[in-house]
Amino acid sequence: MENRVAAVSMQGISKSFGTIQANYNVDLNIYRGEILSLLGENGSGKTTLMNMLAGIYYPDEGQIFIDGKPAAIHSPKEAFSYGIGMIHQHFKLVDVFTAAENIVLGTIAKGKLDMAKATAKIRTICETYGFDVDPEQKIYNMSVSQKQTVEIVKVLYRGADILILDEPTAVLTPQETDKLFAVLRNMRNDGKAVVIITHKLHEVEAISDRVAILRKGQFIGELITKNTDAQEMTNMMVGHEVKLNIDRPEPVDPRPKIEVDGLTVRSSDGILKLDDVSFTANAGEILGIAGISGSGQKELLEAIAGLQGVESGTIRYVNDDGSREELVGKDPLEIAAMGVSLSFVPEDRLGMGLVGSMDLTDNMMLRSFRRGKSLFTDRKTPRELAEKVVDELEVSTPSVNTPVRRLSGGNVQKVLVGREIASAPTVLLSAYVVRGLDINSSYMIYDLINRQKKNGVAVIYVGEDLDVLLELCDRILVLCGGKVSGVLDGKTAEKRQVGLLMTQLGGGEPVEQ
Amino acid sequence: MFDLVGFIPRAVVQSIPLLLGCTGETISEKAGSLNLGIPGVMYVGAISGVIGSFLYEQSCGGEVSTLPAILIPLCCCLLGSLLMGLLFSFLTVTLRVNQNVTGLAMTTFGIGFGNFFGGSLIKLTGSEVPSIALSATSRVFSKSLPFANDLGWFGKIFLSYGFLTYVAVIIAIIAGFVLKRTRTGLHLRAVGENPATADAAGIPVNKYKYLSVCIGCMIAGLGGLYYVMDYASGVWSNDAFGDRGWLAIALVIFTIWRPNVAIFASILFGGLYIFYLFIPSSSMATKELYKMLPYVVTIIVLVLTSMRNKRESQPPEALGLPYFREER
Repeated sequence: MENRVAAVSMQGISKSFGTIQANYNVDLNIYRGEILSLLGENGSGKTTLMNMLAGIYYPDEGQIFIDGKPAAIHSPKEAFSYGIGMIHQHFKLVDVFTAAENIVLGTIAKGKLDMAKATAKIRTICETYGFDVDPEQKIYNMSVSQKQTVEIVKVLYRGADILILDEPTAVLTPQETDKLFAVLRNMRNDGKAVVIITHKLHEVEAISDRVAILRKGQFIGELITKNTDAQEMTNMMVGHEVKLNIDRPEPVDPRPKIEVDGLTVRSSDGILKLDDVSFTANAGEILGIAGISGSGQKELLEAIAGLQGVESGTIRYVNDDGSREELVGKDPLEIAAMGVSLSFVPEDRLGMGLVGSMDLTDNMMLRSFRRGKSLFTDRKTPRELAEKVVDELEVSTPSVNTPVRRLSGGNVQKVLVGREIASAPTVLLSAYVVRGLDINSSYMIYDLINRQKKNGVAVIYVGEDLDVLLELCDRILVLCGGKVSGVLDGKTAEKRQVGLLMTQLGGGEPVEQ
Repeated sequence: MFDLVGFIPRAVVQSIPLLLGCTGETISEKAGSLNLGIPGVMYVGAISGVIGSFLYEQSCGGEVSTLPAILIPLCCCLLGSLLMGLLFSFLTVTLRVNQNVTGLAMTTFGIGFGNFFGGSLIKLTGSEVPSIALSATSRVFSKSLPFANDLGWFGKIFLSYGFLTYVAVIIAIIAGFVLKRTRTGLHLRAVGENPATADAAGIPVNKYKYLSVCIGCMIAGLGGLYYVMDYASGVWSNDAFGDRGWLAIALVIFTIWRPNVAIFASILFGGLYIFYLFIPSSSMATKELYKMLPYVVTIIVLVLTSMRNKRESQPPEALGLPYFREER
């Protein structure tokens, strides 16, 4: 098996950004007719390594061989000329262009731009591999999975036969993931080399032939997928034993805490975001919210937190003595002043949760600066809190005086979650708190959330990984196009069932965002 | 009776500096560079042309021949504007300085540069009035087709202008076509919308940004040249160009970044600019009110355009933002 010529062979690759060593002496082979999973935690250098193949970065040391010949890839254009195409985690698409315009972007062909011919070629590719794309559709009208399809068609259009996909399933429903995997298998059988970057073990098992594992920028080893199991891969990835089960303690004394009734919300341009949503969140219980991204999760949390105008419906907060207070119409400060504590981990961490250019202490102060009567703010307590969060959640940062913008995504999240939980909430609203986090950090966050649950906090957890939702949550509410399409018991619900509820409303058409 | 045949040609000559400025700014903005230095660039373009033609006229004692009388100011103007464009793109693309600050500084600089050299030339000629007249060059620039006068109102409205007028319209049409229909235009727009995407697609982002800014500046600089040589009959006086540069930038938004729309929009603006001259029996006070028209319309238009929420009518998404590939 090892005597075939590798489509791509990376030898002794090192790359650093300033003082951070992203890759150190990595050896990796990619073969045609095979799907390789590149597995590693966050910040293990998977994406950086692949970016060097795609021409985004250039290695500091080491040599890349394409089909056995030395190659220097200085730019994305040169990567294309070697047949390497990468589908990035954050789509590289121009929103106001059509699919076809995006696909032909950057192609080197001379002469007049012949969109009709290009469109015809795109349709051929779509038919060959079973893609579903309308070349004339504008990107901003597309769902996430359609955008991803456009990305894949784009690299195929350029004749790529080495495809790299960076966490392609992060934004897909299970059904869409299955569809993607089917397409990837078609491409493998067509003799193309496929690399998929992921940190989800079940996907590695489902799709790949071989798995290569990176840890802290170094190549740890590679395994034949069918000869290994999740536990072995995790151990190699993390470097020590990790327990792979999420705890789900029985809810202690669940009482209603938040009652939402007939909630309807429109966005500023008049689009219906939430349509007659009703549910109850109990104290001491985790209520999961599942749905394709953009199905109204953000609006729901923001409405409860007082950040989003409500068209109709009520949101009631239940006090300990059983009396109810209406939250609609109050601003976030009033809600806090009532003694109602909502901790909000917004979807867009740096946009709404933290101020990127401020350091950890100052970001902690965002919650506390109004306290006290003195003319000057109290910096000591927030600093202690920052140090405590750094300590307990193993945030890797040079000091608490570092601007959070400089931290990696996972660490930013830990700071945010740490701060929110430290305010001792009675209701914890969280959205995508483990998005992009590695296994270790994710489990730490699940643990934190479970601790809140044991303390009698009503947790509302918006997540995208259905496996986690099913393991962590006591009840799961599924949103589809702004409507509640079902509420399931976390212990008995099945993934397929949730997936179907996410895409279809009473057997109707899938709702696009 | 409103004198339409008299009004349109005057509106058109008013519109050409706006059209050239607007086309130049559109090209630059489509690739993501908000060049607020355009008013300064137009000043520099104008004074460069004036210096060139002044020296030429001096050297040949007023006996100018057609070709050099056109080429010398034209080349000087393009060179001056190009240097301004290079300065802007070096600062904002290579050094990634804030575009607004750079642009405003360049406008201040350009106006000062124009007035300084304008003043120096006036001193050199020892003229009594605070202006220089380059009437020989201007005659060449504003020469219209010989048979234009024989064609009545048609000739007056369509054929009574100097060649730069037609050049401006042709440039606008070509720019519109290139942006919309060609590969280069597609790439340029991609750079302005999403430079990271363009980069990943193998488009040389910085090259496109440099080119768009420089070409944009050269086109805008022509607007300054047209103003002095044709519209003002070769008379340079300090600050005479006024705030046309800012109107040109406002026009970019008015036309939703489309140079071919700019042809008509600039004539509309040019008409509003001189509308007060065609209102009979108006007092001084009402005249001043009419002079406000272009600015009032600009404000109304800005309010209206900001209310449109169609994605295609929005500014390029990466407008004003620097791009750095390895930013993490």
